[in-house]
Amino acid sequence: MAGQTLYDKLWRSHVVREDADGTTLLYIDRHLIHEVTTPQAFEGLRLSGRRAWRANSVVATADHNTPTSDWDQGIKEEVARLQVEQLDANIKEFGALVYFPFRHANQGIIHVIGPENGTTLPGMTVVCGDSHTSTHGAFGALAHGIGTSEVEHVLATQTLVAKKSKAMLIKVDGPLGKGVTAKDVALAIIGKIGTAGGTGCAVEFAGSAIESLSMEGRMTLCNMAIEAGARAGIVAPDDKTAAYLKGLTHAPKGADWDKAVAYWKTLKSDADARFDSVVEIKAAEIEPQVTWGTSPEQVLAVGGRVPDPSQEADPQKRASITRSLAYMGLTAGTPLVDIKLDKVFIGSCTNSRIEDLRAAAVVARGQKKASSIKRVLVVPGSGQVKRQAEAEGLDKVFLDAGFEWREPGCSMCLAMNADRLEPGERCASTSNRNFEGRQGPGGRTHLVSPAMAAAAAIAGHFVDIRSFGERS
Amino acid sequence: MKAFKRIKGLVFPLDRANVDTDAIIPKQFLKSIKRSGFGPYLFDELRYKDHGEPGMDCTNRPLNMDFPLNWPRFQGAQVLLARDNFGCGSSREHAPWAIENYGFGVVIAPSFADIFFNNCFQNGLLPVVLPAPTVDRLFKECLATEGYTLEVDLERQTVTTPSGEAIPFEVNPHRKHCLMMGLDDIALTLQHADEIRAFETKHKSAQPWLFA
Repeated sequence: MAGQTLYDKLWRSHVVREDADGTTLLYIDRHLIHEVTTPQAFEGLRLSGRRAWRANSVVATADHNTPTSDWDQGIKEEVARLQVEQLDANIKEFGALVYFPFRHANQGIIHVIGPENGTTLPGMTVVCGDSHTSTHGAFGALAHGIGTSEVEHVLATQTLVAKKSKAMLIKVDGPLGKGVTAKDVALAIIGKIGTAGGTGCAVEFAGSAIESLSMEGRMTLCNMAIEAGARAGIVAPDDKTAAYLKGLTHAPKGADWDKAVAYWKTLKSDADARFDSVVEIKAAEIEPQVTWGTSPEQVLAVGGRVPDPSQEADPQKRASITRSLAYMGLTAGTPLVDIKLDKVFIGSCTNSRIEDLRAAAVVARGQKKASSIKRVLVVPGSGQVKRQAEAEGLDKVFLDAGFEWREPGCSMCLAMNADRLEPGERCASTSNRNFEGRQGPGGRTHLVSPAMAAAAAIAGHFVDIRSFGERS
Repeated sequence: MKAFKRIKGLVFPLDRANVDTDAIIPKQFLKSIKRSGFGPYLFDELRYKDHGEPGMDCTNRPLNMDFPLNWPRFQGAQVLLARDNFGCGSSREHAPWAIENYGFGVVIAPSFADIFFNNCFQNGLLPVVLPAPTVDRLFKECLATEGYTLEVDLERQTVTTPSGEAIPFEVNPHRKHCLMMGLDDIALTLQHADEIRAFETKHKSAQPWLFA
C-alpha cells in the first residue's frame, strides 16, 4: 500500500463517519466568521432554536464592509452598517473564542488575523464562508471556503458534509530569481494550469522554492490556490512554521507546545505517497507577473505583450481573449510595460502583511508617485500589521511618496466599502481577482506583487521590478 | 429546502467560460442579511445598463439587450446552460440564491467551481455536469431552435432533449437523496451527534491545544 499524502493525513484525522459512497462527516477545528456570509446562517440557527456546537472554535471579525478611513465617523452606508452591527449581535448571542469588531485595535482581514493570533495551527481543519480560506493551508492545515448554508451546518454540528478531493502535487524547485515573489509563483502556476486546473483537488505545494518562502509568502501562495480552482492549498509545516507560531496568543504553550511540535513533524507526505496529478515547475523560469485580462489565468511575465486573439486556435478561448481585451481597453501586441495606470492598491488577504508592506516600502522610499496616478491606497491587513509598519516608519515612507496610509480591511480588493475604481479606471493591484467589476463597476484590474505595484505607482505604468532601480 | 425531482423548461444558453460569482451577483448585493430577493439582480452588471444597488426597483431599469437573458425568446427560462468552470471565484451563496430566485432550477455545464457546486445542493438547485462535446451540441441546438426546452429528471438522472434523446448524468447519492426529499443537512447530521461527541473527546485528548 502506498504511503499517505499530507492531505490524506489531514483528512483521515478528522473523519467522524463515512458512508459507503464516500460521503464524510468531517470534524472542523476552526471556524472563521466575517459579516458578509454569516447573517443568514445565524438567522437559520435562531429560527430552528439551535445553539453553536462549540463557540470557542469561532474566530470572528468585520472586514469586508468596514471603511479604511475616518473610523471616528463609523460606517456611513446604512446597509453595510447594519450588516456589521448584525455580526456584533450574532457573536454576542452565540459566542466566539476571538472577536475583533469594527474599530478594535486588532481588527483586520480574517485571513490575516487568524494566523497572527495563533488561531490557525498545523493539522487543523479550518473553514470560513470565504473562498480565500485556502490561505491557512500555509500552516499545514486543511483549510477551505464554504457557503453560508455550510456555515450554519458547522456552527450547529462542528462538522461538514464533504467528499474527499483528489490530491495534486505542485512542485516548484530551484532558487527564485531576483524580484520574484510568492505572488509571482502563484500567478505563474495559475497561468500554467488555468483557473480550473485545480478544480476538485487539494493541492500540496512542495519543492525547494516553496520551502524557501517565508510563512507570509506561503500564505500568499495558498491564498491564490482557489484562483486555480483548488479546494485547498497546503504546505507541509516545518521549522519556519513552528518559529512563526511560537509565543502567539493562541498557540500551544508549555508541555502542549512540545507535544504539538512533535505531532506537526509527522504532517508531511510520505516518500511513497501517490498523488492523482503532479505539476512540476522550475523556479528559474518564473518571472515577475502581470495579469492583462479578466481572469487570473490571463497572465504573462512583465516582459510580455498583450496577446492577439487571432493567434488563438480554440474558438472558446479566442472569444474569451477578445471579450477580455474589450473590457480591459487593451490593444493586442501592446507591451505590458507600456500600460498606463490610474490607481494602485496595495492590500488584501493576499498581500497586506508586514513583509508585503516592507517590499512596497523598499521601492517607494525616497520616491514620489507619478503625477498621472490619481491615488495609491496602502491598506494593512490588520491592526497589528499597521502598528508594526508604523513602528518601522513604513507609513512615513508611503505618505512621503504620496501614497495613502489607511485603516485595515478588505478595501479595494472587492470594493464593498467606499474604496473602489470608477468605470474605466485602471489599477495595479496586489489582490487576487481581476474579474469584471471586481474593484468597482467598469474598473480594470491588473494583478501584481507588492513591489511591482509600488514600482508602477512611481512610474505611472508597469515596470520590470528587476530593472526598476536602474531606471530611476 | 424545497425538493427537486424533475424540471421541463426553457433553456437559456450563457455562452462564456469561467462565469464568476462576481458576475452572477455583484458585491453590493452581499450587504443584505436575507436569503431571498436576489433574483432581480442576477447578472446585474451584464443585464442592466445602469448601476444596480440593493433594494432598487428593477422594473424600469434600462436593460442591456446585448445580454441574451433579456431577449424575449429566453423569458421564463428554467434551465441555465453554461460553459466550463461555472461559478468560479468567491464562496458567496448569494450566487445560487440569485439563480434559484430568478427562476432557474438546473444549471448544466461541463464543469463547475467546487464551492458553487456544493452551494447549489443546499438550495434546491441542481448542477448537472455533462461532457463538453455534449454541452457544445446542446448550445448549438438551443441557439438554432426558438423555444428549446430540456427535461431534467433527477430520479432517472437524465437530461432529455426535444428529440427524445436521454443523456445520463452522475450525481452523488447522498446529494440526490437530500435534494429529492428536500432534506436539511443539519437535521440529518445531528442524528449522528453521539458520534461527533465521541470523536471530539478522542480528538481533544490527542491534541488538547486545539480546544484551548
